[in-house]
Amino acid sequence: MEDKTKEKVKARVMDSRKIKRVLHRMTTEIIEHNRNLKNLVIVGIRTRGIYLGKRISAQIKEMENIEIPVGVLDITLYRDDFSELESQHMVKKTEINFSVANKDILLVDDVLFTGRTIRAAMDSIIDLGRPQTIQLLILIDRGHRELPIRAHYVGKFLPTSKREIVHVRLKEIDDKDEVLISEPTGIK
Amino acid sequence: MPFNQKHLLGIEHLSPSEITTLLEAGESFLEISTREVKKVPIFRGKTIVNLFFEPSTRTRSSFELAAKRLSSDILNFSSQSSSVVKGESLKDTVRNLEAMNVDTLIIRHSCSGAPHYVTTFCQSHVINAGDGPHEHPTQALLDAFTIKQEKKKLENLKVVIVGDILHSRVARSNIFLLTKLGAHVVLVGPPSLVPVEFKKFGVDIDYNLDRALEKADVIMMLRIQSERQQKNYFPSIREYINLYSLNPKRYRRAKKDAIIMHPGPINRGVELSTDLADSAKSMILKQVEHGIAIRMAVLYLLMGGKEREIID
Repeated sequence: MEDKTKEKVKARVMDSRKIKRVLHRMTTEIIEHNRNLKNLVIVGIRTRGIYLGKRISAQIKEMENIEIPVGVLDITLYRDDFSELESQHMVKKTEINFSVANKDILLVDDVLFTGRTIRAAMDSIIDLGRPQTIQLLILIDRGHRELPIRAHYVGKFLPTSKREIVHVRLKEIDDKDEVLISEPTGIK
Repeated sequence: MPFNQKHLLGIEHLSPSEITTLLEAGESFLEISTREVKKVPIFRGKTIVNLFFEPSTRTRSSFELAAKRLSSDILNFSSQSSSVVKGESLKDTVRNLEAMNVDTLIIRHSCSGAPHYVTTFCQSHVINAGDGPHEHPTQALLDAFTIKQEKKKLENLKVVIVGDILHSRVARSNIFLLTKLGAHVVLVGPPSLVPVEFKKFGVDIDYNLDRALEKADVIMMLRIQSERQQKNYFPSIREYINLYSLNPKRYRRAKKDAIIMHPGPINRGVELSTDLADSAKSMILKQVEHGIAIRMAVLYLLMGGKEREIID
């Protein structure tokens, strides 16, 4: 989602090599933590969670030779701030072509901030069936939680101020892999 | 792709990009009705009213299920069992319902323009569910959605609409929509029911069904609306069937993969033969299924977000 107001990039906190290394480390943690990998399914939250999920699935295939299916979740219809939204979010397809019942779900998103997206995602998944467990994987945890939610696998803890904006770019849709912190230059 | 409408009164004044936005949103909602829990919580605490002054099976139940699957409360109002029979006016009826703090009114009325009139004095969102012979926008949207699902596009398709064009709100809304999105529309029926004035909408007119069916991709059959006909528009039903009914022999003139559509209710054996209505080429029940997804999309896009600029 592009912000329309102008912003200034303050730092480039991750590049392609760092993202690759971090995903490799988290994949190892997933394999270590899930003794029964065959019961694991990945659900990526639109948009960048999908690509992170696919990369992790590919990595698990490489390391353990097990095919982990990746589903796509759109949480728009589960948002808790719908009536207050200034603008409307286009609803995109949820594509989870496997049963979630009794599965170990690995929920994947790019940035963990207030925790509200994850609350919505968990409600949405539970409406699809009753999973055995839900685990959360996040590339960047930027703090400022408003709900009691914590990720199992974290790529990088990144302390930020609330004003700052974290951009995760992935080459599947943004041409290159990087994580940037920027700040709006408009009125404070 | 902005969708800046408060109401959905017709297709005529929508832009092609607004129509495309509605159709694309419909695709996202289609999957919800196939889930085990067919419900999402987005409209919890909202109230939608089905305000029907004319009979309806499909449209009313479709809107009701669409609203319920979005977790909205829905109030079903039918004029026959209301104070309308005691002489209460449309305006008073709407204002009293609005005093109960409703969010959206879905209106079907026998007078063209009734939903538009309601918007002049009420605060709620208004959706036209059919106003006289004028427009039936959600039907046209679900028809286009069905064509797109089957044919993957609308541009350059030949769509033949057959029957009582004069009294058909479905035909009008479909003509506006299909021509806006680049389909080639041909209207067919007896001259008394297919006014030549329709040519100015950018469609072709043919009084010969056999000829019009050549190379058709989509055949849309309409019902003879006897409830709107004050006089005789054709000599006899038998003659009408001879000239304008779709039967297997006629169907073979169209393209091999041509689909058959009908907004319902069907008069079997009149405009459409029973074996075709129940054949694999018939989209009639698909249209009904898609109707819920499209109506969920319409409710979502009208009722969501304050300024209605769409973010991807």
